[in-house]
Amino acid sequence: MPSDSRPANVAAPDIPTSDSPKDPPSVIALFLAFAKMSLAGFGGVLAFARRALVEEHRWMTAEEFNETYALCHFLPGPNIVNLSMVFGSRFRGIPGGIAAFCGLVGPPMVVVMILAALYARFGEIDALRRVLAGVSCAAVGLLIANIFKMMMPLVRRRDIAGFLLMIVVFAAIGLLRLPLQAVLLPAIPISIGITFLLRWRAQS
Amino acid sequence: MNLETHPVWALVITFGMMSLFAVGGANAAVPEMHRIAVDVRHWLTDKQFADVFAIAQLSPGPNVLIVTLIGYGVAGVFGAVAATLAMCVPTAVLAYYVNGILKRSSASRWPAIIQAALVPLSIGLMGASALVVAQAADRTWVAILLTFVAAALAFATKLNPLWILLAGGCLGFTGLI
Repeated sequence: MPSDSRPANVAAPDIPTSDSPKDPPSVIALFLAFAKMSLAGFGGVLAFARRALVEEHRWMTAEEFNETYALCHFLPGPNIVNLSMVFGSRFRGIPGGIAAFCGLVGPPMVVVMILAALYARFGEIDALRRVLAGVSCAAVGLLIANIFKMMMPLVRRRDIAGFLLMIVVFAAIGLLRLPLQAVLLPAIPISIGITFLLRWRAQS
Repeated sequence: MNLETHPVWALVITFGMMSLFAVGGANAAVPEMHRIAVDVRHWLTDKQFADVFAIAQLSPGPNVLIVTLIGYGVAGVFGAVAATLAMCVPTAVLAYYVNGILKRSSASRWPAIIQAALVPLSIGLMGASALVVAQAADRTWVAILLTFVAAALAFATKLNPLWILLAGGCLGFTGLI
C-alpha cells in the first residue's frame, strides 16, 4: 500500500483534510506508543515505528517520517533511539523526548535483562548452547543480507569512491581490528570531502 | 571504591565514547564492542560474544540492547542499565540539539551530503561486524552453510527475520551446527 494514501473508510466530516498532526500526543501517549512499537519490534523497530507513527496514530506524514529518520541516520548512535528523542521533543519539548526515549528503551531493556539473567544462570546447558549457536549463525546471515541491500544503491550508481571507502573501513576494522575512532576520525572527513566534491562537480 | 577501575565506570566510559562514533547504528559498532569486551577488557569470551549477539537479535526492541547484555555480564542489573544509558543518552542529546539547529537554518543541504558520505562507511563497518561474529559463530561447514542460506532468504524474500532466527535455533538444537 502506498504510504501516502488516505484510508477510504474515514469519511467523518470533522476529520481535517490537512496533513498537519491532529492533537499533539500527551507525554504518557508518547511513552506508551514507543513502548508498544519497541516490544513488537523483533528484528528492528523501524518498520513498526513507521507503521505506528504514520499509519496508526497519524502523528506524522510519511514525508516527515522520512526526513526525521534521515536526520537521525546521519547522526551517530542507534538511529531509532535518536528518532524517539527528536520525535517526542517536537510535540512536548524535552519531557516528551524523554518519555518517548524511555518508552523505546525501558521496557525491552527489562526483557533483555531477564534474558541476560537466564543466560547467566543456564548459559552452560548444552541444549541452550546448541540453540544459540544456530541462532547466531542465522543472525550473521541476516546481517549479510542487510549489507547487500544497503550496497545495491552504490552498485546502481557505480559509486567507485564509495566502494573504495567501504573496503578500506571493512579491512581496517574487520581484518586489522583497529579502534573505531582511529579509523573514523580520518575516514569521515575524507568521505564528506569526496561526496561534496563529486556533487559540486556534477552541478557545475 | 576506585573510580578508575570500577567496572560500571569502565562500561560508562566505553559505551559513552562508542555512542558518538557508532556511525550506522548499533550493528555497525559490533566490531568495536567485540574489540573492547573480548580483546581489551576480557569481559566475555569469543563464544559468549556470539551468544550475546544472538540473544540481542532475538529480543524485541532496538538492536542497541546488545550493550545491555554486555553490561549485565560485567556488573549485573546496575551494569546493564549503566551500559544502555551510556550508549543511548549522548547521541540522543546530540540528536535533540542538531534537530533544533537544522530547524532554524532551513534548506541546509549538509545533512544530505553527510548522510550520503556516511553510507559507505556504515556498510564497511557492518561488513566487519558480520566477519567478527562469523569468526566466533561459524565454526563448521554446516554453520557456514546455514549463514549463507539465511542471508539468501533474508535478501531475496520478505520473510520475517524472526522466523529465520528461530529456524536457525531449531537446527542448532538438533545438533547439526
